[in-house]
Amino acid sequence: MEILYAFFVAPFVDMASDPIFFSEVVIGGVLTGIMYSLVALGFVLIFKASGVFNFSQGVMVLFAALTLVGLMEHGVPVWLALILTVMVMIALAFAVEWIMLRRLVNQEEIVLFMSTIGLSFVLQGFGETVWGSNVKLLDVGIPNESFEVGGILLNEFDLFAAASGALMVTVLAVFFHYTRMGRALRAVADDHQAALAVGIPLKTIWIMVWSVAGMVGLVAGIMWGAKSGVQFSLSLIALKALPVLILGGFTSVPGAIVGGLIIGVGEKIAEIYWGPLVGGAIENWFAYMLALVFLLFRPQGLFGEKIIERV
Amino acid sequence: MNESLASSQQQPAVGANRPPALLINNIEVIYDHVILVLKGVSLEVPEGGIVALLGANGAGKTTTLKAISNLLRAERGDVTKGSIEFAGERIDRMTPNDLVKRGVIQVMEGRHIFEHLTVEENLLTGAYTRGDGRAEIQKDLDKVYDYFPQLKERRNAQAGYTSGGEQQMCSIGRALMSRPKMILLDEASMGLAPQLVETIFETVKRLNEEEGVAFLLAEQNTNMALKYAKYGYILENGRVVLDGEAEALSRNEDVKEFYLGLSSSGRRNYRETKHYKRRKRWLA
Repeated sequence: MEILYAFFVAPFVDMASDPIFFSEVVIGGVLTGIMYSLVALGFVLIFKASGVFNFSQGVMVLFAALTLVGLMEHGVPVWLALILTVMVMIALAFAVEWIMLRRLVNQEEIVLFMSTIGLSFVLQGFGETVWGSNVKLLDVGIPNESFEVGGILLNEFDLFAAASGALMVTVLAVFFHYTRMGRALRAVADDHQAALAVGIPLKTIWIMVWSVAGMVGLVAGIMWGAKSGVQFSLSLIALKALPVLILGGFTSVPGAIVGGLIIGVGEKIAEIYWGPLVGGAIENWFAYMLALVFLLFRPQGLFGEKIIERV
Repeated sequence: MNESLASSQQQPAVGANRPPALLINNIEVIYDHVILVLKGVSLEVPEGGIVALLGANGAGKTTTLKAISNLLRAERGDVTKGSIEFAGERIDRMTPNDLVKRGVIQVMEGRHIFEHLTVEENLLTGAYTRGDGRAEIQKDLDKVYDYFPQLKERRNAQAGYTSGGEQQMCSIGRALMSRPKMILLDEASMGLAPQLVETIFETVKRLNEEEGVAFLLAEQNTNMALKYAKYGYILENGRVVLDGEAEALSRNEDVKEFYLGLSSSGRRNYRETKHYKRRKRWLA
């Protein structure tokens, strides 16, 4: 009885008894969640447009951040370094299309997936050869002061990350639904043969999505890099994006956002209110457990595209 | 049955007075470097004409269309011999994107609409290759709705949930949005109720007469195709075995026997036709 009380009643009593602390936990979760979403977005974009699960997305985040820091270390001003990094990511998209995708047209999905694993090693090695493998600090001048609103402690940096995440999602949503290119991207995701038949050139589309995914990676890289330093482990946050994708659905931009938020908030709450009961460190595995539950009951995710079957 | 209908072979162009817009000269198509599918197919479609490409399953109709629209490459197929010309220009090495820009577009068998896009978005993807601005595209959109009023009612429906007929209309409408000179229409009648087939073919006819769009129809529904086409080719095992004016073809005894299930002794059942066909092939 006591154990049931401890698990199913006490945590909620705690939450209710200190609402200010609770809202701090939730807000903290939301902000971390947005950071997860940023990484997950890159996966969704490429998966949507080419059906390829891009294993190297995490390394793209690292590579973008490395390039940015590297340039800044050489005395390049922030704004110029940003522009140059964007250009590097676009060049990378061209290279990927030219060296990899073009040659693998019509191959099995697993072959493409394997090639992205290869790409992740190449990118990581290349990035560290050029820019060095020591831990770097990234400071692009995002304010990092804490302040209080109505008793709740907030951090400027987190808010900035949240705002840029929201902005990016809005821009992407508009792009996907109201532009010619966006429509073409969704068309390719649906039926690439038919897309080819109406004259949509797949190569352009691929370069396009890899560029966009690279830029999304750059934003994620800036946020995470500024938070925890630019180093190899940055590429591992991709692992945190997996449960986000399973939750939100591999093909849904809003799904990536909502999935990120659920995971961010969920793991924070679980850690703080249930963590002590099982000896802590729930934060590390909570996301994966949630993902497993989703795989059992709703494999296409919350917002994943339903497989349309007419009867 | 290797003889050609007497008069047709000698004359250079089908409509006699009009030059061929599409000219396929003795092409051979090989899939995966080993599977020989087309063994020398030649045909022509005049500007603004309707030509039917007939034949049984696996005869090579779809492959011929895909060789023209160059969707073949995406399936590891390759035109290894012969040439394809459109409006006097070699097109057999061009990408589908180039071809759509030049006015040749294929409507694929099995409709292939974009399921998760709305009907209207589907139509708009057809205008991808065009650079003439929103106003012109909107004008063509209205035109498509004019030809297919049913699509207008369903414009905001997710295309995957529309009926088979609506999907076929959607995929023809989508091709129209590219302002084509020639549509390669593959099995438009497949899986549709006879009345709908009639509607689709009537629209094909209207498009041909009013917009001057040429059609190459790959069809198993021989009867329907010959009714609307002016000229027909019959493919068997990757070769053209017979060609001629549509009317002459539908009067031809062999065609009646093999493809229409009719003969001088009246309607025959399928088994007899099959038997006759086999015997005829041995004798040939």
